[in-house]
Amino acid sequence: MSATEKGQVMTANRLRDGEVVFLTRSGVWSEKIDEAVLALEPQAAAALEARAAEDVKGNLVTGQYLFDAERVGGNIRATHIRERIRTLGPTVRFDLGKQAEGTAGTFAAVEG
Amino acid sequence: MYRYDEFDHQFVRERTAQFRDQAARRLKGELTEDEFRPLRLMNGLYLQLHAYMLRVAIPYGTLSSRQMRQLGLIADKWDRGYGHFTTRQNIQYNWFKLEDTADILQALADVEMHAIQTSGNCIRNVTTDHWAGAAADELLDPRPVGELIRQWSSLHPEFSFLPRKFKIAVTGAPNDRAAVKVHDIGLRLHRNAAGVPGWEVMVGGGQGRTPMIAVTVREHLPEKELIAYLEAIMRVYNLYGRRDNKYKARVKILVHEIGAEKFRSEVEAEYARHPAQTTEVEERELARIAKYFADPAFERLSRFVPVFEAEKRSNAEFARWVKNNTAAHKREGYAIVNISLKAAGEIPGDCTSEQMRVMADLAESHSFAELRVSHAQNIVLPHVRLGDLFAIWQKLTEHGLAAANYGLAGDIIACPGLDYCALATARSIPVAQAISRKFADLDRQQDIGNIKINISGCINACGHHHVGHIGILGLDKKGEEYYQITLGGSSSEHASIGTILGPGFAGHEVPDAIDTILNTYVRLRAPREEFLATYRRIGAQPFKEALYATA
Amino acid sequence: MPLLRNNAFVTDEWTHLDDDTAPGEVTRMTVSFARLQKEWDGLARFPGLLGVRLASPTRTTELSPYLSQLALIVVAFPAFNDGRSYSLARQLRLDGFQGELRASGNILPDQVQFMHQVGIDSLEVSERFSLEDWQRASRQISLAYQRGLFRKAGEREVWSERHQGFSAWEEQPHAG
Repeated sequence: MSATEKGQVMTANRLRDGEVVFLTRSGVWSEKIDEAVLALEPQAAAALEARAAEDVKGNLVTGQYLFDAERVGGNIRATHIRERIRTLGPTVRFDLGKQAEGTAGTFAAVEG
Repeated sequence: MYRYDEFDHQFVRERTAQFRDQAARRLKGELTEDEFRPLRLMNGLYLQLHAYMLRVAIPYGTLSSRQMRQLGLIADKWDRGYGHFTTRQNIQYNWFKLEDTADILQALADVEMHAIQTSGNCIRNVTTDHWAGAAADELLDPRPVGELIRQWSSLHPEFSFLPRKFKIAVTGAPNDRAAVKVHDIGLRLHRNAAGVPGWEVMVGGGQGRTPMIAVTVREHLPEKELIAYLEAIMRVYNLYGRRDNKYKARVKILVHEIGAEKFRSEVEAEYARHPAQTTEVEERELARIAKYFADPAFERLSRFVPVFEAEKRSNAEFARWVKNNTAAHKREGYAIVNISLKAAGEIPGDCTSEQMRVMADLAESHSFAELRVSHAQNIVLPHVRLGDLFAIWQKLTEHGLAAANYGLAGDIIACPGLDYCALATARSIPVAQAISRKFADLDRQQDIGNIKINISGCINACGHHHVGHIGILGLDKKGEEYYQITLGGSSSEHASIGTILGPGFAGHEVPDAIDTILNTYVRLRAPREEFLATYRRIGAQPFKEALYATA
Repeated sequence: MPLLRNNAFVTDEWTHLDDDTAPGEVTRMTVSFARLQKEWDGLARFPGLLGVRLASPTRTTELSPYLSQLALIVVAFPAFNDGRSYSLARQLRLDGFQGELRASGNILPDQVQFMHQVGIDSLEVSERFSLEDWQRASRQISLAYQRGLFRKAGEREVWSERHQGFSAWEEQPHAG
């Protein structure tokens, strides 16, 4: 049974269509949070920032930032409710957003 | 209602082409995001939590059936089949793409609509009474001046880079349904002792972090001087409004910091220095616009419509809907129909494209093809014959639009909140839904009577919670959502800012808290006394005790 | 920095003196507003053309004593979203200033038309954009709803045109 790893994920919005994307290990941006790289150390996070800054300059993405997340059993889950909503979709419309498109990852919608 | 002439058509065409060019340059990298952001905001395009959000202007909340249908088409073609009507009488779409936006703006321009200046540090949509031109208590229809101001403020070269956003509201009725006292500029049309129409000009109202009531700068400004006077106010704000701190940049802060007297003297000095030269053109333009707002071809009807009376007698649900959702019209035999977009447990202000088409059709058949959007995120059919009400109600019922809760506890006003908005600190919609479900019983809602419950998902207060009779503010405490309750706000002509009751509540505790508050009101009210009056009479203490008393 | 005037890049014929440099032999010079006020006695007798550079918060009423003797006023746009100088420029024109008004600072082509409309004649611009960019931007919108603007691109003043007795615009449809 794998332990929970805590770290940070780099996210942004794709410029042309506003889609929420996450930076993967290979340096491409994915719509699926489970494909994101989880930076476990500050150097890794800094590398993500540098890479993201390049892609902002290259007009691929905009509004980039790191957010706290954890990997549990191979899947990634955002820590804060705001980021969970951003990775899933509105909690009041389960038919909209990544949760409906199958790109939201494993964790279910926010409770309450 | 206003119809574009060749100038107006050309203007939106050119503005759309300009945006297309700006978006293309952005995608090619010729503009950075910092440079593009103010430009796209001036066309109402935000980058939100899930995607780009476009806020389409519905000037002074008035639109035609044709326009409503187009809003539905846009929702289907480029969004997810729905839109959200806002507390400033606009509509928002949540799932747009930047690369589609110019085409969307073109689709809007095709029906004389746009998204110009619905965001950014410029003059925003002029809002007004959603019953303008129909209400029984109206002195003068404020919408012609709303249209005049809209044109004057469109791409105004001097005022497109203000310290912060600027919101203007106009009213022409003694019962202010436009919340003029909590706007950057509020304008109240009234007659002076000599019977001459003129404007009370108020400046410095607002909500957000530091809610304030506007101060009166001029009691009675002659109509023809309005544009020149507005320029003086805007110039003072543009020059002296703070630019060092985004949270202190609204005109209300300037008025507060230098004082009402000093602010008034600055405006008057600027106005005296650069007064209205000739105003003949402005006067003629206002008269030209006013013709578009002449009464439609009302029929001569009797106040008593036997068929209608019979329908009410034989159908209790219909009778209830009439009682709660229709309002007195200035013409006999007519009524104002208020369509609640707050079906029990649904998302406040959200509307599917199909519902938009249904309402557009109903307006076309029964309301001279005209609709309104209210600040409470509802839709109005302004001019309906009493004899048509039953057929309308039946149609609304088929499409989930007949909730008979207008102005009652189920008619909750809520911003999109953390489910949609990048600025939010907490969710507002689920709280609204939970309260709505708790109060689903219409008998209970009617017993409670008129009550405004407003929910904002952050301190920017887009849900206008400061002026809710009951206001709910969603905050973040150590990563958990929690909610502060205020009481006693009002956006009427007797405006007041609500006061915080005490410590906040977890999301799941809020419906019970509202329940306790309203039970307390019912217990302590005088006969026929509405909530706000009771609160103003007995104060916050009884409510605090009820809410926070240890068991 | 290129100087844009009348949709062309031109040479700047002005010398912009800092607060400590003597005028020497120059025939056109600008000074800061502080220096203008401090050394007015001497500067009023300057035989050449005199201009002033304004920092944003200046009240134009403070400029009134000097206005008739200034041939150039430079207004600053410290950030492209800082719009104070649009009002400064407009006030100066309303106060009767007839000399050259120049914009200096962080300026995008998307602002040129607005600047022209409030009475700015010339702009110190960055080399990032081509002349075509500036020219195209200066005439993107062919209409102005506001009255009394400068209309370098021949913008049509909508309200005035509507009410100059053109019979086509006198028949207006009614509501509904």
